[in-house]
Amino acid sequence: MTSSVEVLDCRGQRCPLPVIALARRLPEVPIGTVVRVLADDPAAANDIPAWCRMRGQEYVGAPAPHTFEVRRTQ
Amino acid sequence: METDGYFDAATAAPLHPVAQQAWQAALADGWADPGKLYSSARRARQLQDAAHQAVAECLGVRPDEVIFTASGTSAIHAAVLGRLAAGRGHILVHSAIEHSALLRVAEHHVAAGGEAVSVPVDRLGRIDLDAWRAAVHQPGVALAALISASHEVGTLQPVAEAAQICADAGVPLLVDAAQSLGRVPVPAGWSMLVGSARKWGGPPGVGVLVVRRPVRWSPPYPQVTNVGLPEMVAAAAALRAATAEAPAEAARLSPLVDRIRTTVAATVPEVEVVGDPVHRLPHLVTFSCLYVDGEALLHALDRHGFAVSSGSSCTSDTLHPSHVLVAMGVLSHGNVRVSLHRQTTEEQVDRFLTVLPGVVADLRAEVGM
Repeated sequence: MTSSVEVLDCRGQRCPLPVIALARRLPEVPIGTVVRVLADDPAAANDIPAWCRMRGQEYVGAPAPHTFEVRRTQ
Repeated sequence: METDGYFDAATAAPLHPVAQQAWQAALADGWADPGKLYSSARRARQLQDAAHQAVAECLGVRPDEVIFTASGTSAIHAAVLGRLAAGRGHILVHSAIEHSALLRVAEHHVAAGGEAVSVPVDRLGRIDLDAWRAAVHQPGVALAALISASHEVGTLQPVAEAAQICADAGVPLLVDAAQSLGRVPVPAGWSMLVGSARKWGGPPGVGVLVVRRPVRWSPPYPQVTNVGLPEMVAAAAALRAATAEAPAEAARLSPLVDRIRTTVAATVPEVEVVGDPVHRLPHLVTFSCLYVDGEALLHALDRHGFAVSSGSSCTSDTLHPSHVLVAMGVLSHGNVRVSLHRQTTEEQVDRFLTVLPGVVADLRAEVGM
């Protein structure tokens, strides 16, 4: 399945700002869309998957350094 | 002593009154050098012996197995380096959620050509015993180190099971009991144990290292004992008092921790209360609030008169989140650790629970959440 990928550039932002940006953006994209978050804060690698678990969204993975993909599932 | 709203006993508990009394008595009567051969020196020597005796009784060991160090951190460093110096293997096994003092000495060991193996924990912060078994049973393990209970989330570790695995493998177990001493019993089976006096109501600047016989351990530097006699005496008196009071204090504080766990989850939206809700320390609870900056949360609570700690990256010198929260895979931002002590009252806890939801809501409103 190839669906469109939204990019959210949060580089240079300190946690929790990347997670806040993701929480704002995800409800705006269609269900099934993957949002790619670019974030270089050391907490992002932990807190983006944790946010997905708490909010029932799908954490797809980290295909590259400082790059995190989340699919809107609901 | 002003301790109203002080909820950071896991860093340093307020000084126990008997510690202050013992310290003053030891200053008055134990000022001489305990190594000399005159009567004032003998009085100092008696106080020093009594301090070792008191700690030994609390821990069920011999007085000559007790070593006082300058801090909990230096006790950990002396324990690990002294065991590695004994030349029995090159691998240090440890849990992923040890105190940073243990992780720093593990890095030091690796930088010097040694090997360290980190054993993962589950979402509640409890070590994976199968991974522990595999790590401990490999050839060349000099020492395995396990914290008795997480200093960040309060989860009790399966110390007895881990100790049995170590015994089967012939590997000594070092238990970091800093959060358990004077609070909860530490299961038997360990070979070495460390603690920190300021966490049980003793003075700052005193650690304890216990090395059971016949474990092979040699002092890694000329003077491992590095504590003044009054501090040593005060630390021992406080441990004896805290150990005697521990069952009643645990029975009093544990329901307050339950109240915090339940109330925070019910009154603060989008919060994660972390750690094992049942198999936990009686005095410590940790939670993380989505979309909240941990440092801003600490400052806001401080303005309301509450002193708490945080594992959020913005509160650390390195800007990295707590390795404990990361190992558990739980949210690290907006993190608060509350740890209670013998002067904590129900009213203080209720005031905190009343203030917290508004503080969190205000901080979220500032970022538009």
